[in-house]
Amino acid sequence: MAWIQGRLVDNLGKIYGLYTGGFIAFIILMAILEQFGVRADTIGILFVAFTICIYALIGWLSRTMQLDAYYVAGREVPAVYNGMATAADWMSGASFVALAGGVYFGGYVYIAFVVGWTGGYVLVNALMAPYLRKFGCYTVPDFIGTRYGGNFARLCAVIILVVASFTYVTAQINASGTIAARALHIPFAVGVWVGLVAILLCSMLGGMRAVTWTQVAQYIVLIIAYLVPVIWMSNVQGFGIIPHFTFGEAVERIQELEPLVKLGTKPTETFAGLSVLMTPLNASGAAAQSWAFVTLAFCMMAGTASLPHILMRYFTTPSVRAARKSVGWSLFFIFLLYFTAPCLATLTKLQLLDPNLSTSIIGKPFAAVADLSWIKNWSDVGMLKISDSNKDGILQLNEFFMRPDIVVLATPEIAGLPYVISGLVAAGGLAAAMSTADGLLLAIANALSHDLYYKMIDPNADTRHRLIVARGLLIVIGALACVIASLQLTGILGAVAWAFCFAASGLFFPLVLGVWWKRANREGAIAGMICGFLAGSLYLWYVRSGGTPWFGIDHLRFAIIGMPVGLVAQVVVTLMTPEPDRETQQMVDDVRIPTGSTILAQTH
Amino acid sequence: MAQQDEAERKRRHWEKTRNLTIVILILWAIFSFVIPWNAHALNAFSFIGFPLGYYFITQGSLIAFVVMIFVQNWYQDKIDDEFGFGEEE
Repeated sequence: MAWIQGRLVDNLGKIYGLYTGGFIAFIILMAILEQFGVRADTIGILFVAFTICIYALIGWLSRTMQLDAYYVAGREVPAVYNGMATAADWMSGASFVALAGGVYFGGYVYIAFVVGWTGGYVLVNALMAPYLRKFGCYTVPDFIGTRYGGNFARLCAVIILVVASFTYVTAQINASGTIAARALHIPFAVGVWVGLVAILLCSMLGGMRAVTWTQVAQYIVLIIAYLVPVIWMSNVQGFGIIPHFTFGEAVERIQELEPLVKLGTKPTETFAGLSVLMTPLNASGAAAQSWAFVTLAFCMMAGTASLPHILMRYFTTPSVRAARKSVGWSLFFIFLLYFTAPCLATLTKLQLLDPNLSTSIIGKPFAAVADLSWIKNWSDVGMLKISDSNKDGILQLNEFFMRPDIVVLATPEIAGLPYVISGLVAAGGLAAAMSTADGLLLAIANALSHDLYYKMIDPNADTRHRLIVARGLLIVIGALACVIASLQLTGILGAVAWAFCFAASGLFFPLVLGVWWKRANREGAIAGMICGFLAGSLYLWYVRSGGTPWFGIDHLRFAIIGMPVGLVAQVVVTLMTPEPDRETQQMVDDVRIPTGSTILAQTH
Repeated sequence: MAQQDEAERKRRHWEKTRNLTIVILILWAIFSFVIPWNAHALNAFSFIGFPLGYYFITQGSLIAFVVMIFVQNWYQDKIDDEFGFGEEE
């Protein structure tokens, strides 16, 4: 393996070009095997096993015993590759598997996730990334602890980070376990642990360096897996070569069809976990809906700009300018998927509804629909149900029950694409869930090992010791997350939205004001973190325990309560206490200048 | 004197950086909140076959965000170079 030694960064184009070619060749090989009659299950297993082996190989090749390689990938990741790694870090199982399904069922209000999860990067770029990079920290609490001074501020940041990231990581381990279980035909409880082992193989030996290079590889798999089925489906069904620009007609057509299929008629039966399409594709108008949209978008944006596993990706670039540039690339790579999700949701819906299309099922004889193979496959695993509630022998829209999460996974089968595409989608979903889980586990373990252990408990620890502690924590936290994930306490999407709200409530203003307000001091930051985080958490508890939401602010949006409370607390307490010392103010001035040495030493 | 010039240079650099950031945040708020809030009214218009409001929330705002970041970075690089804070890559 001579190519991994020496200047890896000079050969990235070659390596990942080869890798992408190899992956495409693998897909073609699978397609050929399918033609020769290899069973669908075998193809699914091969897809999942092959990609996991590749990630593990990259993880092993990137092993390291150096601090700055372990914590910040040696600060040598070029902007474009960091963009890809961030995109994989960012796009979780929820984005890949659940987003299009959410748009399918949720309509206008749900699209706030699409806007929120992209617009947040404008905040990251304008307010955070370049300045944090200039600071030269290893972790987000490292910034809080150094800028505001004192272990207590650092500890508050560590606690918020752990709560937000841990909420998020259980959802990702849940998702990777679900996919591994289905593809490898093992029970979910085992699948979760298989998922964890795969995740740890990518991160444990090489820390941030290994995670970076596996995430780039995972991005390539997940974006191919998302785009190929949609474009293929569109060409097979005649929706245009690149459907993104032409699905406007499908939107118009669905709006015509909605009254014809009696959208909004309540189903007379219910099945746990399955939903009936009730919301129109594009109904906006009432102020309550607009309010729901902007509050959700705002929480997701502020959360994006406060989630440590995203911010820490920008610590790995060689310079401030490269950090900024890589935010742009991150959003571009993320955009490719988010731009596709509404298109996928719309075209899938049209295929089911439009009586002129051969794929339609609504309004068709019940017996014929029940005989379709994709209906049978998904009904068998309990994720879909058709029930002739009114006994007229025709499938009505309110007699078609589906789990929202399966829209992406089932689309290739609905459109009648070969099974190889479904295997590809499973590999993509797994890549998305694994890459996010990796980033999150590393964010938690690094904060605990660097900020809690090294900075607060044992500042004399040597490098070897620090890296062993970091790895030990990674395993412990991963195992803990697995135990929680196998309890399946919350749905994937709810947990994700909570993580964003926790991070936004506790960390957004202390981070922003640390750069943008020279007067901001320790007392204020501590008050802001504690009050913001507590207010958000208490409100979440209030809503979840049956309280009436204020102004329609439900459990997905509790940062709308937490953030202003935190801001007011921080500003008021800051103004009541003395301004920070000259040294700190000088530090803020230095952070604002892109050139020169970082605030913290190279290795600290 | 030289030290004062240096301080002045830093101050003006920060002033420009801050103004650019404010402009970007205003644009961001328009594409994130003002347009989605009024999506219904915009749906009366049609754009390449889409209802305009729907187009914005699913594609238009997203494209605007990507473009905004690249434009901001291009302009910020110019500001940094102007005051001698540009870095080699």
